[in-house]
Amino acid sequence: MVELLRVNNLVTQFKTDNGVVKAVDGVSYYIDEQEIFGLVGESGCGKSVSQLSVMQLINAPGEIVGGEVIFEGQNLLKYAAHGHEMRSIRGAKISMIFQEPMTSLNPVLTISQQLTEMLILHLKMNHEAARKRAIELMGLVGIPAAERRIDDYPHNFSGGMRQRVMIAMALSCNPRILIADEPTTALDVTTQAQLLELMKDMVQRFRASLVIVTHNLGVVARYAQRIYIMYAGRIVESGTTKDIFRTPRHPYTMGLLKSIPRLDEAEGTKLVPIDGLPPNLINMPRTCAFLPRCSWRIDKCFKEPWPELTPVNGNHFIRCYADTKEVRP
Amino acid sequence: MSKEVNLKPAPVKNTRHVSEIRRFFKVFFSRWVVVLGMVIILFFIIAAIFAPWVAPYNPDKIDMNNALLQPSKAHLLGTDSLGRDTLSRTIYGTRISLEIGFFVVVLGSAAGMALGLVAGYFGGWIQAIVMRFIDTMMAFPMLILALLIASLLGGGINNVIMALAFAMVPAYARLMCGQVMTVRENDYVLAGRSMGASHTRIMLRHLLPNCFPPLIVMMTMMLGTTILAEAGLSFLGIGVQPPVATWGNMVNDGRQYLVTNPILSFAPGLAIMLVVYAFNMVGDGLRDALDPQLRGIL
Repeated sequence: MVELLRVNNLVTQFKTDNGVVKAVDGVSYYIDEQEIFGLVGESGCGKSVSQLSVMQLINAPGEIVGGEVIFEGQNLLKYAAHGHEMRSIRGAKISMIFQEPMTSLNPVLTISQQLTEMLILHLKMNHEAARKRAIELMGLVGIPAAERRIDDYPHNFSGGMRQRVMIAMALSCNPRILIADEPTTALDVTTQAQLLELMKDMVQRFRASLVIVTHNLGVVARYAQRIYIMYAGRIVESGTTKDIFRTPRHPYTMGLLKSIPRLDEAEGTKLVPIDGLPPNLINMPRTCAFLPRCSWRIDKCFKEPWPELTPVNGNHFIRCYADTKEVRP
Repeated sequence: MSKEVNLKPAPVKNTRHVSEIRRFFKVFFSRWVVVLGMVIILFFIIAAIFAPWVAPYNPDKIDMNNALLQPSKAHLLGTDSLGRDTLSRTIYGTRISLEIGFFVVVLGSAAGMALGLVAGYFGGWIQAIVMRFIDTMMAFPMLILALLIASLLGGGINNVIMALAFAMVPAYARLMCGQVMTVRENDYVLAGRSMGASHTRIMLRHLLPNCFPPLIVMMTMMLGTTILAEAGLSFLGIGVQPPVATWGNMVNDGRQYLVTNPILSFAPGLAIMLVVYAFNMVGDGLRDALDPQLRGIL
């Protein structure tokens, strides 16, 4: 596998009146070519911010304060956020789709205007070629009667169809990486499955890598090859999908998995929620952020700072002192 | 005994866009005052365009032998102190008033919207500087501001347009800035940026059209306000200079003869009133038809 993107020690913070929020605090990961990669965490853990940071789409008061994003041998964070280089990467090399398909399309422009915009901008196509390509793309993402529907406005489409349009738009310039930020959260379950399947097929077809950012472990279980679990702005566990689901080693991951209903469990088994609340990201202690909610904590956790990611088995890493090996969920 | 069912799909007509437009017109024309307003505006526009044919006399032709005539068959609204036909002058005054109204709204809204767009989109210190400047301008009543600028620039149609347009800028800028601040939070703005769109592209393609509806309403209402303000300036003698007939200076000229020849002030005064009323009503109708929050209620 060839490495496509590497993020090293990314730190993004937001200055608020109450203090500095370190939304992303030293996140490192890599994406291989044509890989499907899952980034999982609860709301506010920094998973979306980390992806927006890669694209340099962080708005004030947010600020990327450290780290590097290596893509095609270049550190993207060296480029000005609004400069020419960054704009020629966004959409063309790395593109993104968002959570809310109902508001991700501009209501006053037709689908054709929005789909061809990228082709004209990045691929320097002329108007007719771009329109032809747009119709082709709409067909590829499964929009029936594309030729007739291309001049419709977004309000003529359902949520699922709009997300299909977004996928077509995001892939229109053959990007190397497609970042899907909670792409199916706002859709119903059947549509979710269809869209995930579609995204998988599309990235295979376009030979792109796919980053699925989600709070739903079920979404990534089937598609991702590797999964990173985030908590309080840091990655707490990473490994292959098999590692994460079969042998989770971080107490947080184990808690997450226990809180999901499983088909193979005996009837009447109670779900086990994770006690407590996620920490306030202002003035975080040096110790493990999951400590107050952890049932595995040992004395060392209170004294030592949060450990670095340490390998437990091959490509499987956790950020924990406790010996979580012996008891399996 | 089964009847044959026609399974052929009905021919598809693309009615979706039509229905949006139809809905707009349905709501827009649903109130009779709005229709009346449109009729009045059309009436004045036609009068302005066809003034040379509609007006019975040359508006500037002085005829001292026929000064201060009461309304008669020859002069339907009488004549003023210099023997000029009041009806003809009122009709020609429509030209000036509508012209000034149109240009002031175009210039004022263009400048105001540009400022509001930039301030609202970039936020931070840019917004702070632009909006404090706008606030300072707002501290002066609009007419006082226009008065100040007009007296600095001197009379004449172009200077009146400049003065009024300048005085209108803060209102547009403020509304636009507020609109942009709500619209820019939409995901399609972020999506646009994630696709590599530049600031200019985001502002012109995504923000501007989506901020437009309330501004259209404001522009319509401002047309009325502008015409009134122009009349005010001309009445005070720092607007359009005689002998050009404008409603404002006609009301002013007629002031001395208010007791003997009240029609001299009443005719242009009525015209001002009708036009301002009409633009306000149409603005109201536009708001009802364009405001998504009112959908379904009306």
